[in-house]
Amino acid sequence: MAQSDSPGRRDRHPAAEWQRDVLAFAGLAIIILVLFLSQGAVYSVRVMVEAGCYALLALGLTIQWGYAGMFNIGIMGFLAAGAASSMLISFPANPKFWASPGPMLVALFIGKLFLCGIAIWVANKADRIGVSRRVKGIIVTLVLIASFVVISNHMASMSQEIESTSGWMGGLGLPVLFGWAVAGVVAAIIAWAVGKICLGLRSDYLAIATLGIAAIIKTFLKNADWLTRGTLTVSPLPWPVPTPANGHFVLARSYYLCVVVVIMVLLYLLLQRAYYAPWGRMMRAIRDNEDAAEAMGKDVTKRRLQIFVLGCIPMGVGGAMLIHFAQIYDPSAFVDLNYTFLIWVMVILGGAGNNRGAILGAIFVYIIWTASAPIALWLFHLVAYYGHEWVGWQPPSDLDSRALEMRVFVVGLAITLVLRYAPQGVLPEPRARH
Amino acid sequence: MNELVFFVDNGLIAGLIIGAIYALGAIGVTLIFGILRFAHFAHGDMMTMGAFISLIIASLLQAAGVHGPFALVFIGMFPAMVITAAIAIGLDRIFYKPLRQAGARPIVLVMASLGVTLMLQGVLRLFGGVSARNMFIDRPKSIFQFHLPGANRPIVLTEPQIILFVFTAVTVFALHYFLTRTRLGKAMRAVSDNPDLARITGISTEHVVWATWIIGGALACAAGTLLSMDVALKPDLSWNILLPIFAATIVGGIGQPYGAIAGGFLVGLCESLSVFNWAILLRPIKPYLWFDIPSSLALVPTEYKLMVPFLILIIVLIYRPTGIFKGRVL
Amino acid sequence: MSLLSVTNLHAGYGQMTILKGVDMTLDAGEIGVIVGPNGAGKSTMLKAIFGMLNISEGSVGFDGADITGIRSEKLAAHKIAFVPQEANVFPSLTVHENLEMGAYSRRDAYGAVLDSVYEIFPDLKDKRGQPAGELSGGQRQMVAFGRALMIEPKLILLDEPTAGLSPLFMSVIFDRVIAINKTGVTVAMVEQNAKQALAIAHKGFVLANGRNSYTGTGNELLANPDVARSFLGG
Repeated sequence: MAQSDSPGRRDRHPAAEWQRDVLAFAGLAIIILVLFLSQGAVYSVRVMVEAGCYALLALGLTIQWGYAGMFNIGIMGFLAAGAASSMLISFPANPKFWASPGPMLVALFIGKLFLCGIAIWVANKADRIGVSRRVKGIIVTLVLIASFVVISNHMASMSQEIESTSGWMGGLGLPVLFGWAVAGVVAAIIAWAVGKICLGLRSDYLAIATLGIAAIIKTFLKNADWLTRGTLTVSPLPWPVPTPANGHFVLARSYYLCVVVVIMVLLYLLLQRAYYAPWGRMMRAIRDNEDAAEAMGKDVTKRRLQIFVLGCIPMGVGGAMLIHFAQIYDPSAFVDLNYTFLIWVMVILGGAGNNRGAILGAIFVYIIWTASAPIALWLFHLVAYYGHEWVGWQPPSDLDSRALEMRVFVVGLAITLVLRYAPQGVLPEPRARH
Repeated sequence: MNELVFFVDNGLIAGLIIGAIYALGAIGVTLIFGILRFAHFAHGDMMTMGAFISLIIASLLQAAGVHGPFALVFIGMFPAMVITAAIAIGLDRIFYKPLRQAGARPIVLVMASLGVTLMLQGVLRLFGGVSARNMFIDRPKSIFQFHLPGANRPIVLTEPQIILFVFTAVTVFALHYFLTRTRLGKAMRAVSDNPDLARITGISTEHVVWATWIIGGALACAAGTLLSMDVALKPDLSWNILLPIFAATIVGGIGQPYGAIAGGFLVGLCESLSVFNWAILLRPIKPYLWFDIPSSLALVPTEYKLMVPFLILIIVLIYRPTGIFKGRVL
Repeated sequence: MSLLSVTNLHAGYGQMTILKGVDMTLDAGEIGVIVGPNGAGKSTMLKAIFGMLNISEGSVGFDGADITGIRSEKLAAHKIAFVPQEANVFPSLTVHENLEMGAYSRRDAYGAVLDSVYEIFPDLKDKRGQPAGELSGGQRQMVAFGRALMIEPKLILLDEPTAGLSPLFMSVIFDRVIAINKTGVTVAMVEQNAKQALAIAHKGFVLANGRNSYTGTGNELLANPDVARSFLGG
């Protein structure tokens, strides 16, 4: 399912494409109906909310992959950072923290971060005063190491202080939706920093770099007890709509679902507008023939950075939406499998560069994924039962967790099968060279 | 003196151990990068899988009542290397070769390797569970202690560590011989240099691809087994080790096996020396200092150990993408 | 019967067709030189013969066998060698190793061939232990040439062997071409230095716009005023 006016698909009739879309949505509607009928409204609305959040994440990734062929394995990092930011903005304040020297330390920390950033930026411009590239490299490395030592030491003493006197920083108690907006901004800032450094690299290297970024963000959030309470987790997180009180789960969750859908539709409309606007046309021109676009004076690197940042914003917001819904912030729950690879499968199945496809793929894959847990358990219990009956096989004690874990296999199989047999759904429209 | 021993144990030896593991893994990754031209994300899981196979063979040997001069799992490692190499070739045949023949871009191969990683993870978790396993099933590992004069603590080397060092040294020599003295080894270097010219010259790229997977798979198995022998076998070993191995590969220069070895040791030593608490070394001279030394002088807190290879990677990518040994910038 | 016969060849890159029906025949032991303006399809012709491009129409026959579209790796068995214009050595391999790679497809001992290559190119013998990437352009050309000779080819395809070389090296290269040809190797050579190349050629083929323009012996073409005016100005 590709945009109808891209070069490789000019032969496809717009009417046929409408037909395909309607069929796909109809098929999805049926699956959703089956879900509701079999699992009941309470559970199903929850699944739909989460699927909607994933759709947001998938849209972000589609922007990056479809427009610029960027393979971002670090989705989870942006997601987690966005979630943490939103949690900090919207969770009620911790009075003990504000009464302690904590805020002063944090302010100092931010100040030092700023200064180090400027130092690095200045060192990077050292070549302007006639320093050779090699020496500049050494200087920047030294400044980087020095900054790192300064910051990590300050962080060590600051975290110790905060954790011993007030437990953790607490939040700011501001409205949830504001928190979600901040989530997007934080994700954008991190994306900008990462992109500035890594976007000049070939896509292989970018993949490795984003892998590292996500690992670091996750490690940081998990260990920064002063910021996130680490393994103690933060709960309950507020909702933008009234939380389910007195057991009115369906109604409350449906309100949440409405918020999710509204945001998703807004983003989708924005993306569609942008696609047909001059900005979108220029992006497509760059995507289709980067060399020619560069020759015409378009700053390709700047545009790629734009796309990278833009793609990470929905990731941050989606992450925030997810954890607020779950009402618990647990840094150890950010597992690569769920967040990174599932989203990739969603985008691959839905077709690269296709926004509707991303949404469809996300909802479809997520429903299948949640359904797969009980199915896997049922299957394994069946095998265990018959295995025991027929050959006296004793299943291992952790059979349940193994059953759930091995769903990873199916995800991997899905990715490789799609790549092997339906790569058109994967490869963005080819960029003509020569 | 005690402090020096502590430094050697926890700083130097620890760095060399993990460095050797990274080196063994990076050789495979750099060869695959140089000849097949993509970042092989499934390498970490190949290491874990190899370790598992070693353990299975060791269990089979134990059930058969075999006793050996070395730990069973080490004896089992060699057939495991062969099996892992065969699996590597099989995976290439099924998943990567069709994409190569269809002219897919390298990034698509990376995505396929991620799919393969997930499948391997699924199989491993299914058959192995998620808990850690001890590899020494037949006997405890031997520990060797060396006492330096003036120190109460000994320098400690365990059996798997010694095996690892010997194995790495043998590998380096064998690799050198292979690459410089054998026809296939030279052909591998040729394909790594210029695959089009290699085809024109009549070099069989098929042979070279096979050799690449055999070396990569076998060394991955060895690295995984030896690491698990030193620590424990855990299924999530794979993901955490991928980043340092990629860092080692790129630092050493893509397609340069000697670079991979150097890069592995560099990353390993940087890692362990960065988290080492240098304050301990300053303790003996503490009475002579007029200022207080903080209790922890580690460059990096232990939880952030992962930052070290990552930082090295980023610095190299920006300032010297060809790496130490001037490999290719793909 | 001709050793090499190219008939009505249409070939190109991807969707683009560059050769639009080209013919060429070479008998055993001849030197054939292909000249023409840029973009005429000269290099494309060699690459098409050597199985490196899509052939949409026409055929290539060699020594009685139809080799149309056979991939490059397989052509060493037919005793055809190709020396590309650029990137024609393995830079990190030594000179000696480069030559050894030329003999990769051989099953038998090739020591004698190696010695004879060193005789033809004595400079290489001095530098046999040096990485080929460190040599000058002209020396690299010799390595590439020598590598091609390692399979004792019946036909050797040379793509602009003197490109970017000094006039001194040019005459050395042409000298070697003649020497090799005298041992019985057929040569098909694409050249920009048309005048000098045609002077040593048995047969000449002028290509323009992907088609044959003039064909004849080297001397005939040199004497032809139209050819001289259009293509041999330099």
